[in-house]
Amino acid sequence: MPELVITVARFGFLVLLWIFVFTVVGVIRRDLFAGARSGRLVAAPRTVGASTGQASAKPAKVKRGRAAHQLVVTAGQLAGTRITLGEAQITIGRAEDSTLVITDDYASARHARLVPRDGQWFVEDLGSTNGTYLDRAKVTGPTPVPLGVPIRIGRTSLELRP
Amino acid sequence: MTAAATPASSPATTGERPGVRMARSRRNAELSLLLLAMALVAAYGAMVEANVLDTVTPGFWVPAATLTAVFLGMHLVIRFLAPFADPALLPAVALLNGLGVGFLRRLDLANAAPEERADLAIFAGIGGRQLAWTLISVMLAAGLLALMRDHRSISRYAYTLGLAGIVLVMLPAVLPASISEINGAKLWVRIGSFSIQPGEFAKLALLVFFAYYLVRKREVLSLASHRFLGIDFPRGRDLGPVLVVWVISLLVLVFEKDLGTSLLYFGMFVATVYIATERVSWLLIGLVLFFGGAYLAYVLGEAVGGPFANFYLRAQIWLDPFAQPYDDGYQLVQGLLALGSGGLFGAGPGGGQPLLLPEVRNDFIFAGIGEEIGLFGLSALLVIYLLIVERGLRAALAVRDSFGKLLAGGLAFTLALQVFVIVGGISKLIPLTGQTTPFLSAGGSSLMANWLLIAVLLRVSDAGRRPVDGAGGKVTRPSGPPEQLHGAPTEVIKP
Repeated sequence: MPELVITVARFGFLVLLWIFVFTVVGVIRRDLFAGARSGRLVAAPRTVGASTGQASAKPAKVKRGRAAHQLVVTAGQLAGTRITLGEAQITIGRAEDSTLVITDDYASARHARLVPRDGQWFVEDLGSTNGTYLDRAKVTGPTPVPLGVPIRIGRTSLELRP
Repeated sequence: MTAAATPASSPATTGERPGVRMARSRRNAELSLLLLAMALVAAYGAMVEANVLDTVTPGFWVPAATLTAVFLGMHLVIRFLAPFADPALLPAVALLNGLGVGFLRRLDLANAAPEERADLAIFAGIGGRQLAWTLISVMLAAGLLALMRDHRSISRYAYTLGLAGIVLVMLPAVLPASISEINGAKLWVRIGSFSIQPGEFAKLALLVFFAYYLVRKREVLSLASHRFLGIDFPRGRDLGPVLVVWVISLLVLVFEKDLGTSLLYFGMFVATVYIATERVSWLLIGLVLFFGGAYLAYVLGEAVGGPFANFYLRAQIWLDPFAQPYDDGYQLVQGLLALGSGGLFGAGPGGGQPLLLPEVRNDFIFAGIGEEIGLFGLSALLVIYLLIVERGLRAALAVRDSFGKLLAGGLAFTLALQVFVIVGGISKLIPLTGQTTPFLSAGGSSLMANWLLIAVLLRVSDAGRRPVDGAGGKVTRPSGPPEQLHGAPTEVIKP
């Protein structure tokens, strides 16, 4: 084997190894930096939820413009978890067959559910012991959920995101 | 509101199809990455033959092709059983596994008599055995994926697995040294020419138990505390479990004479507690306890000897390996020399002298490979480990139940810690201990256990990335009239 071929192959192999590494990084790039982006997103809705007046003004705009694509847990033990919303309802509770299984001492086995209707998501309490709150207000019947307004269940807090 | 909203409302929402963007399974990306990885393994094999035999034999591609077939099989299994699993895990692990097999085959070539080298059978030697182990391990991983359709189902066996884990950890310690001792570390169970390392499986079993236990106890561990120096410290009585694990890991240190294993178990537990409670104080307590224990063992080894003597000796070698370069420090010195002679770009696959390294197929495989691919290649391998761990942690973030989070986070951390312990050992960052390098080292136990670990991570990442109304319909049952949830009793089901 000529020396040149071996030298070229030697460096070629190392380059190929790094190409593999960067290809893997390229494939997972989107959620590699997803955490960094969500950091900014978490901060934004705080101001929305700060005053209820603003929060009630928001949904009118939201309904026309952007629809909710994600459900994000912003507080509690599952904080950081995000669920991509489809057309199926999302059940929340301690029961293992819930979509979002929360281990929260103040949550019931089947605590609440989120149901989509005509592009708008509704939260509904399923007879939980400690209640479900949309921002500060207790949820009594199916209530439309605007983007970025926290749904509180026990110590867990959830938000819809575009 | 009638809850029939689910199926009926679908036409209205099709315009914005939210799931479509995120719900890509990325299986084709996995396939192309896998083929790239296998091309690398084949190139490695060809270069080894070019360097060792001075010619590339027509059959150089056979081991790589066998591996490709095995991993393609695994890819198909994932495609059908865990379609939303992480696309980066399998190719990254396959590359490490393939390079491990390639390097071990390279050792066989160097060991064989010159006239036999050209026609070395594919399943011959340690390289061939590793290839066979890979086959078995991948089949086991596929079997685990098939059996465990939901990662939450293994929490049912948590106590059984915990008990099995403790038995497996303790087994080599209580067996006589003639069965369990290799190179001064009692980590093995030898039956004839066959030896297994039960600790490799124990770490998986124990982790399932830790995750299950902590999901139930995390409230107590994270909430009941008193503040001291700005850090929340847990109450004394809640320290019980962490102290028990600490004592067990110290017993492992003393009776199995292995710092790495004990560090692995203890670190695994502390990291899982930290993930469960988000309390920095647990990390501090863990570090203080471990270093205190290790220092105590060192002092006792100097003063008393006996069961602590081995640890004292290892620490001495670590502090000054060149004190006895041909005697106690031989392994470490040779490893450092190999890494040093590899330099930045290495001698090229097949161009080094790995046979000068003692234990090059197990503990020192990283030094052996490092001599041939240099710092440039080694750092690529370390980045691949890093990516595997990152994918594991990402799976932990994405999954929607606490047990899965703790399980995946703990498993990913364990893998990282094991790589740290062995690579830190051979590069003289920490005292050297006989850990296997995941996926690279020769040995069936390690390979099987690590592939099972990857199967669990794949399963958890599948659960985490699967869209809610996803294909499997595992998470919700969208169609049909919803169950009468109002009538359901508020039962407490702990996961």
